[in-house]
Amino acid sequence: MAEGTRVILAAQLNGHTFIDAFKFIWEDRSFVGQKVLEHLALSAVSVAIATVIALPLGVWLGHVHRGSFIAINGSNLLRALPSLAVISIFLPALGIGHGVVVIALVVLGAPLILTNSYVAVDGVDPDVVEAARGMGLTARQILLRVELPLALPLIFAGIRTAAVYVVATATLAGVVGGGSLGDIIFNQATYFLSGIVGAAMLVSALAFAAYFFFALLERLLTPRGLRHAGAERGHEEEAPVVFEAAAT
Amino acid sequence: MSPVIAGGPVIPNYGKATGCIVDNNSFFCTKWIHQHWSDTLQPALVQHVWLTAIAVGIGFAIAFICALAAHRFNWLVPPISAFTAFLYTIPSIALFQVLVPITGITITTIEIGLVGYTLLVLFGNTLAGLRSVPPDVIEAARGMGLTRLQVLRRVEIPLALPAIGAGVRIAVVTTISLATVAAYITPYGLGKPIFDGLQINYHTEYVVAGLLAIGLALIADGLLVLAQRALTPWRRARA
Repeated sequence: MAEGTRVILAAQLNGHTFIDAFKFIWEDRSFVGQKVLEHLALSAVSVAIATVIALPLGVWLGHVHRGSFIAINGSNLLRALPSLAVISIFLPALGIGHGVVVIALVVLGAPLILTNSYVAVDGVDPDVVEAARGMGLTARQILLRVELPLALPLIFAGIRTAAVYVVATATLAGVVGGGSLGDIIFNQATYFLSGIVGAAMLVSALAFAAYFFFALLERLLTPRGLRHAGAERGHEEEAPVVFEAAAT
Repeated sequence: MSPVIAGGPVIPNYGKATGCIVDNNSFFCTKWIHQHWSDTLQPALVQHVWLTAIAVGIGFAIAFICALAAHRFNWLVPPISAFTAFLYTIPSIALFQVLVPITGITITTIEIGLVGYTLLVLFGNTLAGLRSVPPDVIEAARGMGLTRLQVLRRVEIPLALPAIGAGVRIAVVTTISLATVAAYITPYGLGKPIFDGLQINYHTEYVVAGLLAIGLALIADGLLVLAQRALTPWRRARA
């Protein structure tokens, strides 16, 4: 184990813990700020890699209406993998550091993006696509100008959920080499319960921030005419989750 | 009991140290697995299954009752949704540590956390399932003379099963994942060999425990898919 020594103290928990948590954040703000930045960088890299892998694949499979088995069942399979277990099986090969954590976070995030992009593009009304083809649009134009804009809300829902999960789970970096708010959360011996509570509040805040960041990005990228139509589309058999936050 | 291997010094908890047990170079020391299956890996696996089953069981009971209540009394939806979402946003490893001063280093600590994390998806999906039943179907059932309770039991709940099943699947794999992390605080389940192995940097221990956790998640997910199919035969007929 990297820095965190595995000591769990039967510390006192009371109102002071929470006041001390804010004190900890304020008094050690340069250290805590650095951990926040590391946490964000780790999450951003992981979400970016997951998106680069999963988004084109999902959009393409949806465009050609094939591979629903891969896009849905394959994703379910990957999504079932416990992040800590993924870290532990890749650790001997990759060693301690950010590499294993990024892999675990990509495994966590990519399936959500893949499933949603596939379902989004696959589910675009065939009549609309037919009409576009009738107007003389090429397959490429149909994808870029018709299917993608219509699929955007659901695609973003996938990226947003993935980002929230990734931010929450990046905490696990504290176990293998450090470089996230997990350094504090996994090290009660040094930071006490108040430090842990403070860092935990920051992780939650970052998860919310990621949620709202992608919600805003979605709004900015959705063509004005679609803003209301998009909001009404549901996602079949997916939890109607408002803040698909933390865990781990 | 594990067989005793001749030669080499005895390292506490690691048995007779020979070959790959000492080297620690191999990804996979089968000798170690053989020696520690019955005293380390198997108990951890069994504990993990129990941790998950108890958490999802209790979580489902709570979420199901809440969803039925919210289905009947609509005003309950926003507060329950907000509360379950709030619980879900608390980083688990921090929650477990905060619970220790209250409930101690016990299974209760893990279960409180794990149950809390299942509620969001179980409540959300059960409610979504109940709400997805077409009003015409309920109307028809009422017209046939079914009471409100009979409609719920024979029409609404069966038709909500696919959504409920999807929720249970997510809850189970999430719980299996979170339960590994919980072992950092409370030494139960497959997370224990993972953290123990990480602490002394013994590859085989954490790799094998990781593989067992992955296997458990995949098998549990697969079994739930089969169970769901068996419980909703009409969906297959239609497809």
